[in-house]
Amino acid sequence: MNLTATLPAVVPARPAQGYWRSVLGRLVRDKVAMFCAFMLLAIVLIAIFAPWLAPYDPAAASMLKRLQPIGTEGHLLGTDELGRDLMTRLMYGGRLSLVMGIGPVVLAFVIGSLLGVTAGFAGGMVNTSIMRTVDVFYAFPSVLLAIAISGALGAGLVNALVSLTIVFIPPIVRVAESVTTQVRSLDYVEAARASGAGNAVIIRLHVLPNVVGPIFVYATGLVSVSLILASGLSFLGLGVKPPLAEWGLMLNTLRAAIYSNPWVAALPGLMIFTVSICCNLLSDGLRQAMDVTR
Amino acid sequence: MLLYLIKRLLYVVPIALAVSAVCFSLVFLAPGDPLSAVLPADASTEMVEKLKADYGFDKPIPVQFARWVGRAVQGDLGTSIATGRPVAIEIGRAISNTFVLAFFACAIGFTLGLFFGTVAGYFQGTWIDKLVTAIAVAGVSVPHYWLGMVLVIVFSVVLNVLPAVGMGADGSSQWAWDWEHLRFVILPAITLSMIPTGIITRTVRALVADILAREFVAALRGKGLTDRGVFMHVVKNAGPTTLAVMGVQLGYLLGGSILVETVFSWPGTGFLLNTAIFQRDVPLLQGTILFLALFFVALNLIVDLLQTLIDPRIKRS
Repeated sequence: MNLTATLPAVVPARPAQGYWRSVLGRLVRDKVAMFCAFMLLAIVLIAIFAPWLAPYDPAAASMLKRLQPIGTEGHLLGTDELGRDLMTRLMYGGRLSLVMGIGPVVLAFVIGSLLGVTAGFAGGMVNTSIMRTVDVFYAFPSVLLAIAISGALGAGLVNALVSLTIVFIPPIVRVAESVTTQVRSLDYVEAARASGAGNAVIIRLHVLPNVVGPIFVYATGLVSVSLILASGLSFLGLGVKPPLAEWGLMLNTLRAAIYSNPWVAALPGLMIFTVSICCNLLSDGLRQAMDVTR
Repeated sequence: MLLYLIKRLLYVVPIALAVSAVCFSLVFLAPGDPLSAVLPADASTEMVEKLKADYGFDKPIPVQFARWVGRAVQGDLGTSIATGRPVAIEIGRAISNTFVLAFFACAIGFTLGLFFGTVAGYFQGTWIDKLVTAIAVAGVSVPHYWLGMVLVIVFSVVLNVLPAVGMGADGSSQWAWDWEHLRFVILPAITLSMIPTGIITRTVRALVADILAREFVAALRGKGLTDRGVFMHVVKNAGPTTLAVMGVQLGYLLGGSILVETVFSWPGTGFLLNTAIFQRDVPLLQGTILFLALFFVALNLIVDLLQTLIDPRIKRS
C-alpha cells in the first residue's frame, strides 16, 4: 500500500483489461473450480469419443457373463443384468445424460432470456402478461411440474427435453426480467436514449452485454439440477428407453440387481453425482469470479 | 397491513384457477384417447359414446374445464380409470403417507440445516466452515434416488439392519407410531432430507455471516451484550428469510418425493403418480398434481403471511 504511494511514477500503467478477461483470470486461480472444469472436460471428451475409447459394443449382451462384479478380468467395472460391459455403457451413457442435462438449460437460457429481457425492457402490459404467466408455473414444485408434463407426454428423449425446458424457463425469465429492469433505469441508458439511440441499439449495446452475465451464471447453477432431474426421469422410465445407455436408465435397470451385485448397480449414480457436484462447484467459482465487489 | 392481507388472499384465486387450468390441460398433452385405456378393443360405438358422456369428453373444452373445476371445488376429482375408485379417496390414502415421510425428512433436514448453517456462519473461513460448505454442496448435488439405492445397499443388503422397501411389515400401508413402522421410514427420510439440509445450510450460513458482519452487532458487543444476547439478535434477523426457505422446501418435499417413494416403494402420492403415469390414468394424474400444486400455493401463502407477521420491516405495498 505505502510502496505504491511513494513510488507512483515508477509503476507502469497496466493495460486496460476487459471484464470477461479479468473474470477468467480470477477463475483460473480458483483451484477447486479448475479441478472441476478439468473433470467435466474429461467426462465430456470421454463421452464424445466413446466409440473409439470404449472396449466393447454397448449393446453386446452375453447371458454367460451377467452381473460380473467390479474387477472382473476383461470387464474392469463389471457387467450389467444383460452381461453388457459396464465401463462401455458408462462411457456411452454420458452422451445421452449430458445432452439431456445440459440441453434443457441451454434452451431455457435462450427462450427465458428473450422473454425476460422483453418483459423487463418493455414494462407495462407486456411485463405483466409475461410475469403473471411465469407466476403460474412457479406455483408448481419443479420436480412435480417436470413429472406432470413428462407423464402426460409419455416417455421419450424429446418429451423429457421439452418438459425440462418448460421447468427451467420460468426461473430464468424471473432473473432476466429483474436484471433488465435494473439496467433499464440506469443513467447510461437514459444518456443513450437522449442522444437519439433507438430501442434496438439500446438493447443490443447497453442492455444485453450487461444482463447476459448474471443470467448466464444463474443458468450454470441450474445445470446440476437439470442433470439430476433428467436422469431422474429416465430412472422413472420417463426418459430414454432401453436398450439405450443413459445413467438414470442404467440405475433403473440395475436396481433389481442390488442384492446380487450391489456396487455395480451404484456406479451410474456415482457418475451423475460427480458431474452434478462439479457443475455446482464450477458455477459457484464463476459466480465468485464475476462478483467484482469481493 | 389489512389491505395487504386481503390483496394477498385474493391473489390466490387467479393463481389457483391458472394452476387448475394447467392440470386440466394435461389431458390434451397425453397422446391418444384416455378412454382407450378402459375400453375393450372391440367396444361398440354406443359404448364409446356412453363412456365419453360419463367422463364429459363430448362437451366443448371450456365447458369441460368449468365442470371439472366445479366438481373439484366440491372435492370430486373424478374416478380413477385404473382402479375405478374416486380419485379423491386414492389421494386421501396416499397423502397421509407422504406427510409422514415429509415430516421426518423435514425434521432431519431442518435441524441439520439450521445447525450446520449457524455454525458455519459463526466460524466463517475456518476449516469448520469449509467442511460444512462441502457437506452442503454434496447435499444439493447428490441425485437422491441414487443415494436411496446406496443406503439400501449399505443398510439392507450389506449390513442387513433396516428394511429396503415398503412402510411396514407384510406390505402394510397404514402408518403407526411404533418402532416396527419407524424402522421403515429411516432410510427414505434420510434420503429425502439431503436436499433441504444442503439448501438450508447454505441459506443460513450466508444470512448469519452477513448479519454478524453488520455494524449493529459490533455495537451490541461493544455495549457488553453477551454472546447469547447477540445470538438472539441474529436469530431475529435471520428468521423471516429462513422461514420462507423452509416453507418452500416443505412444499418441494411433498411434491418432489416421487423419486424417493419409487426407490423405497413408499405408498404415498409419488407412488400414486407413478401408477397414474404408467397405467395412463389421466384423472388420477390430474387430480394428484392439482392437489399437490394447490397445497404448495397454500403453503406459500401461509409462509408469506407469517413472514409479514413476524417481521415488521416488511411493508408490503
